[in-house]
Amino acid sequence: MSDLLRNIIRFVVFIGIQVFVLDKIPPLHQAFVPILYFLFILWLPFSLSRFWLLVMGFLTGLTLDYFTPSPGLHAAACVLIAYVRPFLINVLTPRDSTEFNYREPSPKAMGWAPYSVYIIVLVLLHNSYLVFLEWLQFGSFWLFLVKILGTSAVSLLLIFTAELLFPRKMKFRTNVA
Amino acid sequence: MRNVILLLRRYSTFISFLVLQLIALSFLFSYNRYQRARFLGVANEVTGRVNTQVDKVDDYFHLREENVRVHRMNDSLLNLLSSNFMVPDSSRQLVIDTVSYDTTGRMRQYYWREAKVVANSTIKDKNYIQINRGANQGIKDNMAVVSSDGTPVGVVANVSANFSQIMSLLHVQRFTYVMMKRSKTTGRLEWDGKDAGTLILKRVPRSDSIAIGDTVITSPFELGSFPPGLLVGTVREIDNEKASGDYILKIKPFVNFRRIQQVFVIENLFYEEQIKLDKDTRKKVEESQKKTN
Repeated sequence: MSDLLRNIIRFVVFIGIQVFVLDKIPPLHQAFVPILYFLFILWLPFSLSRFWLLVMGFLTGLTLDYFTPSPGLHAAACVLIAYVRPFLINVLTPRDSTEFNYREPSPKAMGWAPYSVYIIVLVLLHNSYLVFLEWLQFGSFWLFLVKILGTSAVSLLLIFTAELLFPRKMKFRTNVA
Repeated sequence: MRNVILLLRRYSTFISFLVLQLIALSFLFSYNRYQRARFLGVANEVTGRVNTQVDKVDDYFHLREENVRVHRMNDSLLNLLSSNFMVPDSSRQLVIDTVSYDTTGRMRQYYWREAKVVANSTIKDKNYIQINRGANQGIKDNMAVVSSDGTPVGVVANVSANFSQIMSLLHVQRFTYVMMKRSKTTGRLEWDGKDAGTLILKRVPRSDSIAIGDTVITSPFELGSFPPGLLVGTVREIDNEKASGDYILKIKPFVNFRRIQQVFVIENLFYEEQIKLDKDTRKKVEESQKKTN
């Protein structure tokens, strides 16, 4: 399957799950909504340029915004993590994009520890920014903090479960090929 | 000039990041200021269609409850049939039709339309409900929306051709004026963004006697959408905050916001006239004040 097709399918599946499953299940406690859809951005291939990464982030966020409806809220958060992503990958695994043996970020490609850090940092960043934007208009400070931590914990749990349940089958890429 | 271009090229990613952030934030803030889902005009049609398909599946999960409820509703309506009553005076006949003015001189003020919920949320700070009726079916902004049991659910916030978006009572920026059924004092119904089963009622003066279990109904004094006297909920908890002269009451709504499927959209046929009169009066008074000054 080509990268393009694979990512289009992923996009539809992630948005669908977020809108029709995760946003519908009764909240665990008050307002913790598990957020999973941005895994799409975290799983985009290494080879994507920074500019296109930003555009993809914006489009992903905007699509979700149309469904929720909260114009610009998720788009802003997604653009932020799409911007930070390349820097983080550089710091965690200082390699050039062509030197990776796999196409996209995964425990196999980066190793479990750097990959976990990568996921945790971006999840926290995304949720903090999202809740912060909501909080600008409404809310109390404690609810704000609790909401960030709660939402992030639930999201992380879901992401790692997804990672263990559905290991992505990826071809090992050699420099020769 | 060359340096400027070099600078732009060097920071192109950062600049595009800033630009996209600004676009997103401007969507967010302009939308909130105007309280209107203008942004969604076009998207409404697309998301509406997707939501309709998903909702078809979702409906099967609630069939039994919905059936029981509809049956109960039918039962109560059948009881109201005119054939159930004796008419002592045969020269008088009650006629209500959809024309706003009939021969007996009765004016029709509220017109009810049924609609189906295609998307609903209860877990955010700002919850919206989408229904499958839009401008083509005569839905306009600010119409009231009640559940099939006749309890308030929200107000129409935005309309596209075939769908409309309703600002649920579970929306932190939604304020509805309601009345205590027993003491006839009015208050303002809000939501704190926490629990979908609890609404907050403020601005009921402490001089009023309130008991747990008191009924809250829509107020006849609010200028706007809801017909007066609709049942909203009951008082569940009385918060004794000493700081202000008002009660803060927790209200248990009669409607279960998580389970709404069928709704009625209520049109106040005199809405525009009432609002216009209100505005004109304010203007008139202000002008006459200026003159006297």
